[in-house]
Amino acid sequence: MAQQTTPAAHGATAARDPRLIVDGGGAKGLLSGSLRRLRGGELGPVPVIAGLVVIAVVFQSLNDKFLSPQNLSNLTLQIVAIGLMSCGVIMVLLLGEIDLSVGSVAGVSGVVMAVLAIRHGWNEIAAMVVAIAVGALIGVIHGAIFAKIGVPAFVVTLAGLIGWQGAQIYLLSPDGTMNVPYDGPIAYLTQTYFVPVIGWTVGGLAVALYAASTLYGERRRAAAGLPAKSVTDVVTRIVLVAVPVLGTVWVLNSYKGVPLAFLIFVGFVVVFDLVLRKTRYGRMVFAVGGSAEAARRAGISVDLIRISVFALASMLSALGGIMFVSRSFAVNQSTGGGDALMMAIAAAVIGGTSLFGGRGSAYSALLGGLVLGAIASGLFLLQMDSSVRFMITAGVLLVAVILDAVSRRSRKTHARG
Amino acid sequence: MTEPVLELSGISKRFGAVQALSDVDLRVHPGEVVALLGDNGAGKSTLVKVIAGVNPADSGVIAWEGRPVQVNRPSDAQHLGIATIYQDLALCDNLDIVANLFLGNERTTGGVLDELEMERRAQELLDSLSVRIPSLRVPVASLSGGQRQIIAIARSLLGDPKVVMLDEPTAALGVAQTAQVLDLIERLRDQGLAVILISHNMADVRAVADRAVVLRLGRNAGDFQVEDTSYEEIVAAITGAADNPVSRRAGRVAVPGSEEA
Repeated sequence: MAQQTTPAAHGATAARDPRLIVDGGGAKGLLSGSLRRLRGGELGPVPVIAGLVVIAVVFQSLNDKFLSPQNLSNLTLQIVAIGLMSCGVIMVLLLGEIDLSVGSVAGVSGVVMAVLAIRHGWNEIAAMVVAIAVGALIGVIHGAIFAKIGVPAFVVTLAGLIGWQGAQIYLLSPDGTMNVPYDGPIAYLTQTYFVPVIGWTVGGLAVALYAASTLYGERRRAAAGLPAKSVTDVVTRIVLVAVPVLGTVWVLNSYKGVPLAFLIFVGFVVVFDLVLRKTRYGRMVFAVGGSAEAARRAGISVDLIRISVFALASMLSALGGIMFVSRSFAVNQSTGGGDALMMAIAAAVIGGTSLFGGRGSAYSALLGGLVLGAIASGLFLLQMDSSVRFMITAGVLLVAVILDAVSRRSRKTHARG
Repeated sequence: MTEPVLELSGISKRFGAVQALSDVDLRVHPGEVVALLGDNGAGKSTLVKVIAGVNPADSGVIAWEGRPVQVNRPSDAQHLGIATIYQDLALCDNLDIVANLFLGNERTTGGVLDELEMERRAQELLDSLSVRIPSLRVPVASLSGGQRQIIAIARSLLGDPKVVMLDEPTAALGVAQTAQVLDLIERLRDQGLAVILISHNMADVRAVADRAVVLRLGRNAGDFQVEDTSYEEIVAAITGAADNPVSRRAGRVAVPGSEEA
């Protein structure tokens, strides 16, 4: 065989096809491989992380309170509601569809919870559960109209945007605003901070689990004779996960501790990421987003996937709505209104989820949410009003969409789908 | 010869005012490559859809290993063991090769995708077909047309089919890629599968097909052993070149002559 001279470490891969580019081992090989993928249009989370660094440097230089633990801690709470909604938007974007109703669904779910808990005196936790169930039901309705009848998702959810806002105002009357008690479970959702030891335990466990599963997976691959990542590669990955996770815990612990709401949000992001990457369901979502016809012929129930994704999206919106209510101790006609919908979609796209379907990650909700939250928080510290924030956010969104479109084209020319 | 694995008789299908198929017969044996030929609009695709269960026939009998069966949905055909590879391949460009091979059929352990097992089986399968693909973890969008065709065929083999139907598998391929696909078809035949090959390309048909069944205007227009048949005879059947007053008269005149002999 012509490849006899190849170093043994790469023998298995090289023998498969001599045209395949094999990156060398060690950090240098890792770097060259990453650069090649970047040029090929597989940007991953690189642009958004670069954006976060730029935002941090700029605002910190303008106001030295920006990177203070207190501000960062507040930032993590500010992004929770939008971030949860964004998580649902990502699922819908992966299908190549759009959900314009997330803001209204958040609002109406918040009102349902408040009406049950305040007007009817229900247990607050029961009211939350019902509100989330109402969200899921709304999503099933949207999904069924879209999937079974074939009305474009854009139109179905546009009707939802208007209709559910109407329902929100209807349910709220005759009160204009309903306040929730400061000392109930609803308020505690965003008022609870964990003592440092819990933060460290959760962060440490997460890193340890990631490290163990990565090492175990690569060992199994190597044992099965499949190409596996080098030790350097694995260690680099673990460090790249450990630093931000433990760093976040450290910063949050230097203020009041890890907030419960942020932990819930990150928990949802992690769970959705695992579902999308590691389960049959997630694979089906990507398949429907990549080619609905191919998915249908492969025996996947495309309608069921679509309905379930819309149900999940609306359920997460309901959860976002509950977080809105929790943070403001009140629900009114504008809960979930205003810029909430646009911010949720913008966060998903800024985080790197493609508008064209079939490409993205649950982490977009976290990263994109952080970008938008950081901009809002920085401008607030500089005492600029919403006008500036809207214009800057629009600019960032535009850059993200341009990156998406350009990288899509680049992937085409580099034949990476 | 062995019993046909799949036998269609008297298949008719009507779309509105168009009689797409009338009284069409087709049979295919294990270890046999049957080419289904015909000009555009001859009813090839309609017949494929009947067999695949996409558009059930209005009348006629489909027999599977000698027993009459109903094929009313694509899943019926799949359960029988009929795999269909359409011209547009139906691959998900955003997913990698392993994911595409196991699409709708993923292996799991404890609810989690068993990527390792799937990659190992995919490698085994492609090795058994002597297919060389650079990496199983690249999105299928990065593959050449021939490789995509091979992945589509390989995917259909995971269900252990007995009949494989290929719709124009070499239509968009280059010379070397066409040869790869034809090699693969021969390997399927050698493994005892029945192959139905829909093609416009006579060179391909002559290269791999054992029998050629010709459709013309929705009717059977000939069933040839490829070895004993000239290129011109098959083309004449496809185009209906024999179907004109002169040859009809020649046929009538020839008949008494042959009786005398």
